[in-house]
Amino acid sequence: MKKVFSKPESLQDKSNSYCPGCGHGIIHHIIAEVIDELGIREKTIGIAPVGCAVFAYYYWNFDVTEAAHGRPPAVATGIKRCLPDRVVFTYQGDGDLAAIGTAEIIHAANRGENITTIFVNNANYGMTGGQMAPTTILGQKTTTTPFGRNAKRDGYPLKVCELLSSLDGVCYLERVAVSTPKNVLRAKKAIKKAFENQLNERGFSLVEVLSQCPTDWQKTPTDAVKWVDEVLSKTFPLGVYKECVKK
Amino acid sequence: MIVGKTAKTKLSKSSKMKNDKILMKGNIAICEGAIDAGCDAYFGYPITPQNEAPAYMSKKMAELGRVFIQAESEVAAINMVFGAAICGKRAMTSSSSPGISLKQEGISYLAGAELPCVIVNVQRGGPGLGNISGSQGDYFQATKGGGHGDYHIIVLAPYSVKEMYDLTFLAFDLADKYRIPVMILTDGIIGQMMEPVDIGRKSEVGSRKSEKNWKLDGCKGREPRLIRSLFMEEGGLEKHNWHLKEKYDGIKKTEIRYEADFTDDAEVLIVAFGITARICKSAVKKLRQEGLKVGLIRPVTLWPFPEKVISEVASKSKKILVAEMNMGQMVEDVKLAVNGICPVEFLGKPGGAVFSEDEIIQKIKEI
Repeated sequence: MKKVFSKPESLQDKSNSYCPGCGHGIIHHIIAEVIDELGIREKTIGIAPVGCAVFAYYYWNFDVTEAAHGRPPAVATGIKRCLPDRVVFTYQGDGDLAAIGTAEIIHAANRGENITTIFVNNANYGMTGGQMAPTTILGQKTTTTPFGRNAKRDGYPLKVCELLSSLDGVCYLERVAVSTPKNVLRAKKAIKKAFENQLNERGFSLVEVLSQCPTDWQKTPTDAVKWVDEVLSKTFPLGVYKECVKK
Repeated sequence: MIVGKTAKTKLSKSSKMKNDKILMKGNIAICEGAIDAGCDAYFGYPITPQNEAPAYMSKKMAELGRVFIQAESEVAAINMVFGAAICGKRAMTSSSSPGISLKQEGISYLAGAELPCVIVNVQRGGPGLGNISGSQGDYFQATKGGGHGDYHIIVLAPYSVKEMYDLTFLAFDLADKYRIPVMILTDGIIGQMMEPVDIGRKSEVGSRKSEKNWKLDGCKGREPRLIRSLFMEEGGLEKHNWHLKEKYDGIKKTEIRYEADFTDDAEVLIVAFGITARICKSAVKKLRQEGLKVGLIRPVTLWPFPEKVISEVASKSKKILVAEMNMGQMVEDVKLAVNGICPVEFLGKPGGAVFSEDEIIQKIKEI
């Protein structure tokens, strides 16, 4: 019998700690598949964030380090400049990348660091129990926006792809989702391109993934994916925000 | 002069490649020490009074084909150091007091993850923006942790341009030997001071003794590795912290360094570090010429602290004077070491100015 599908070598043979319906498991899997397909497992160094996905290193099967909250792009810069022939990527949430680590991501992107960033936007702080994130949408209820996010009190959702698209050092920006099989395939294509760009030394690539957080959204897994498609993606439209011309 | 060291590494002797005396600034001597120690990557951010260091490194590191980045902040710089250290590279950053406060988050992570690196603090006056003159106000921050959590880093306090070179060189070896961040705690006076020095160049060859079998460089031909400071499994953090404690105890046993002058018959003992010790040293010479039995202990390692020698000398002395360019920080460690055997007096200068020789002499005569 021909084997047509198996667990990627870049994933350890373990069940993960994520909630039912969470997007992290899918995104971890996509990254593992892409790393396998590009044959780069033995030269990849991943940077796990502060948040639920800090435990990504228990699931991936390659070298991984932790970093302080918001600092993965600076850590990645240190690694990549010292080992330019290795593949370095950061895996960051919305609080990590778009709040406390705003300076680090903007400057790493603007320096054109030849790294890949997977930015998981689930519109709240998942691990700490569902507080407002920079990407929480207007009207969205969280533990710290009990009446819904109000622009006057809480400011506006931060649109990272739009923001970074003006920077000269950036090679590639795409926003994807993992809410449907079709979106998952599209997300995989984008993530693969972001890694290929690094292999081709094209500079900074970031893929923003709209991800579902059913527990903190207080939705069932099916309602959560529906909310991504029908509500979240209205504030954060899917698509390519920047793509450099091939060298 | 007795140079007390329980460690084998000599401070001043080395395999000399050149004997020329050259006029050198303290901040440049730090860079030269780092370059000769094989520093692979430097990450900096402008702040007075250490600006000569990033400027010098930006040129030198490029010429040597090594890594230099001017980071967007001190926070980013220390995290770039974290990244470089993860790959097993020799990495450093330099800054001054307010910038070192910003680096404390990263230093705590480096200590927790047991990553070697060198951090230079060319201290200026504080708190807050303070001023840009030399100070010793960061003793507590450097020696008592600084960042969150239960940890220590090795702290070295140079008192001359020559020692800026020697101790920076040594710092890289100690960092690698113990997988620990090492801080050079100096100040704006020594940083800006120029002295004719015979640098006594050392070579990194042979100083990198151990293969870093923990570094991350891709898992080719081995199992994947992990660098972390998070220990969520039951009992995991306690085990890790006891392991750190054991390491720190080992460092206390073998790496204490100090200089002792005229301590054999000292009736009054001065304890001072860095630039203050330099001034005290000449004050002691003058007082000896007048027939006063005064001695000096100059801790070179502020952590681990040379408490045993201070206690020994204190047991034969009548009084101790601690002089610092702050409101009284190291004096607490001296008091702990002395443990009431004899009275401990303090002379402070917390405004970013240095002592004059006369101030020290006058204080000694008073007590």
